[in-house]
Amino acid sequence: MKVLVPVKRVIDYNVKVRVKADGSGVDLANVKMSMNPFDEISVEQAIRLKEAGQVDEIVVVSIGVKQAQETLRTALAMGADRAILVVATDDLHNDIEPLAVAKILKAIVDEEKPGLVLTGKQAIDNDMNATGQMLSALLGWSQATFASEVEIAGDKAKVSREVDGGMQTIEVTMPTVITVDLRLNEPRYASLPNIMKAKKKQMDEKTPANYGVDVTNRLEIVKTVEPAERAAGIKVASVDELVAKLKEAGAV
Amino acid sequence: MKQVSRETMEYDVVIVGAGPAGLAAAIRLKQLDADCQVVVLEKGSEVGAHILSGAVLDPCGLDTLIPDWKDKGAPVTVAVKEDNFYMLGEAGQVRIPNFPMPPLMSNHGNYIVSMGNVCRWMAEQAEGLGVDIFPGMSVSELVYAEDGSVKGVVAGEFGKNPDGSQSEAYEPGMELHGKYVFLGEGVRGSLAQQVISKFDLSKGHEPQKYGLGMKEIWEIDPAKHVEGRVTHTMGWPLGKNAGGGSFIYHLENNQVYVGFVVHLNYKNPHLFPYMEFQRFKHHPMVADLLEGGKRVAYGARAISEGGYQSMPKMVAPGVALLGCSVGMVNVPRIKGNHNAILSGKAAAEAAFAAIQAGRSGDELSEYEAEVRNGAIGKDLKTVRNVKPLWSKYGLVASLVVGGLDMWTNTFGVSLMGTLKHGKTDAAATEIADRHKVIEYPKPDGKLSFDRLTNVAFSFTNHEENQPAHLTLKDVSEPVKINLPKFGGPAARYCPAGVYEFVEEEGKAPRFIINFQNCVHCKTCDIKDPGQNIVWTTPQGGDGPNYPNM
Repeated sequence: MKVLVPVKRVIDYNVKVRVKADGSGVDLANVKMSMNPFDEISVEQAIRLKEAGQVDEIVVVSIGVKQAQETLRTALAMGADRAILVVATDDLHNDIEPLAVAKILKAIVDEEKPGLVLTGKQAIDNDMNATGQMLSALLGWSQATFASEVEIAGDKAKVSREVDGGMQTIEVTMPTVITVDLRLNEPRYASLPNIMKAKKKQMDEKTPANYGVDVTNRLEIVKTVEPAERAAGIKVASVDELVAKLKEAGAV
Repeated sequence: MKQVSRETMEYDVVIVGAGPAGLAAAIRLKQLDADCQVVVLEKGSEVGAHILSGAVLDPCGLDTLIPDWKDKGAPVTVAVKEDNFYMLGEAGQVRIPNFPMPPLMSNHGNYIVSMGNVCRWMAEQAEGLGVDIFPGMSVSELVYAEDGSVKGVVAGEFGKNPDGSQSEAYEPGMELHGKYVFLGEGVRGSLAQQVISKFDLSKGHEPQKYGLGMKEIWEIDPAKHVEGRVTHTMGWPLGKNAGGGSFIYHLENNQVYVGFVVHLNYKNPHLFPYMEFQRFKHHPMVADLLEGGKRVAYGARAISEGGYQSMPKMVAPGVALLGCSVGMVNVPRIKGNHNAILSGKAAAEAAFAAIQAGRSGDELSEYEAEVRNGAIGKDLKTVRNVKPLWSKYGLVASLVVGGLDMWTNTFGVSLMGTLKHGKTDAAATEIADRHKVIEYPKPDGKLSFDRLTNVAFSFTNHEENQPAHLTLKDVSEPVKINLPKFGGPAARYCPAGVYEFVEEEGKAPRFIINFQNCVHCKTCDIKDPGQNIVWTTPQGGDGPNYPNM
């Protein structure tokens, strides 16, 4: 079975995001970018499935700016076999919307014919949590979101999902779209020898036009604001004072 | 422990550190010989992530390395238009006119840059020429040949447990061998320290001297922003407690670099460099500029200040030290990047000629001669007495005498020969009881910030499950000696809040190392009174993630 793993290049999770002075979005100029952490987990899962003999080829795909090839190289160094880069914009502040991404992915699935799409449940930059679901609808495939355990047997996949207050286990029919959650696994390091070898792995460069998809944004960003700063705390000398202050603040 | 076996890769030249020196060397090697196999290893998560510099760049280095840097889109665009120098008092300032300044301190023809971005651009140029650059790869060890020469490095070891054992995710990294290894780790490089000690390279040279530079990027009110303005100050708040001063550079996009340097030869262990910086921003002249603005990034890095007489021997069999691993900052000009680039270029030229002649693994003495007698040596020799005068007679006298010496030196005459630095910065620290405790005002959260809040703006991260990369030679020394005798200075000299002394009633004091906060500035390795702290590399990719520092 072939597995397709879409990965997104996002602002690194260590970076404190800063809104651009004009409020049009988050400032990404010269900011450290990395693979979306949830996607890293999906790459790792694909590699584990391959190591377990259930998958024979891992194709990673990224849609966005040309620099996303670094993200793909990381996935190749971790153990993916081949990459497809869809250069959809040259403006690093232009976030391609989930529907456009899902349409391109559908076209790639039609071409590549994987038996499984494994991807992060959401990207940490815009937290849309939509691409996997949209792709499943466009393909007419089953979907299993927020996976924290995945077991594939024949034409069925058993997936444990993290839901409010507990776990839910569902069984879906393959082919399927699985979106992964944080606790599914811990991704491996891309080792230096593997990074060197990854330079030689195949990476095809495409554009949305190759798949007949219009990536024009449909949503308009009206305003982006940073959360209000936390007010400074104070030190109290006694429990009585604490209670008095809490009453004053209307907290008790 | 499991036996570690590593893959090996052969290169012509292995370069540690993707800073201006290392990248210049890589570029020059490829310019001279397109077939030369060159690899650059960088511990930062990407090129530029660990670069912190003022910076006003003298383009003389770039001019010789990449003469058409302008056409190639170098991020060197904000020319210095206005150059101010102030002596600060607590509430006011006196502007020192430019005319008595020695000509070499003029910033005419220089540029305000982010060296992080310059390095990102240099890395693109290098990759375009076919250099292999691997960021996120720490070099943890040097590899020696049987004859004792350096033949390579170990890079990219990941996944050690805190006790040093191998976790399930352990990756042994690989050995990269070269005919020559260049160490361009910047100030107080951890491998350079090993090489200097192993080959006794400091012998016959003055000890290296250092400063601690701290820097914030601010976005300010456009009405107050003057692109191309450079301001330097001295005096308040450090006064007689320590040498140092500030810089304020207006770059593009209404951003301003605000930085503060404290010379690390201060005697009073109660001094808190970070808080001096925070206090400085409340000076009316600075507060007025920053009011209503926003601090967008913070970082810190040690600076080499020993100059000409402190440069150790910079070559040993198979290895050469570049840039500030040697210490090439011109202190009165507050610039070193041009020399870093020139040193990388010189080392590359020496290695190229040596490899052409069939040599390898020996001393590139031609490189050392070029540094000492060429442009770098000339630049540093003229100003060699400023720092020792400053240390000895204080600021005002050093400005007058040192200024005069610099004037005469520009005509090729020196009044006083070469002065010595004497003690190391660690040895300069005096006993706490002999000095007054300094009270610092509490940060207001608008202009000044507490240390941990600011560290969050260096975007620093370290994998927690690994051995602390800040190691103690003697684990008892901090509590047994440094706390009673020096008042526990580690808690203050660290600009990232790595070190804490925890004193609880009824319990013995404890020394805590929060290595996750470390911004890789190396101050602890320099200033710890007993030289008991050894800075080593953590896992690759860890540390700060500076944007355009």
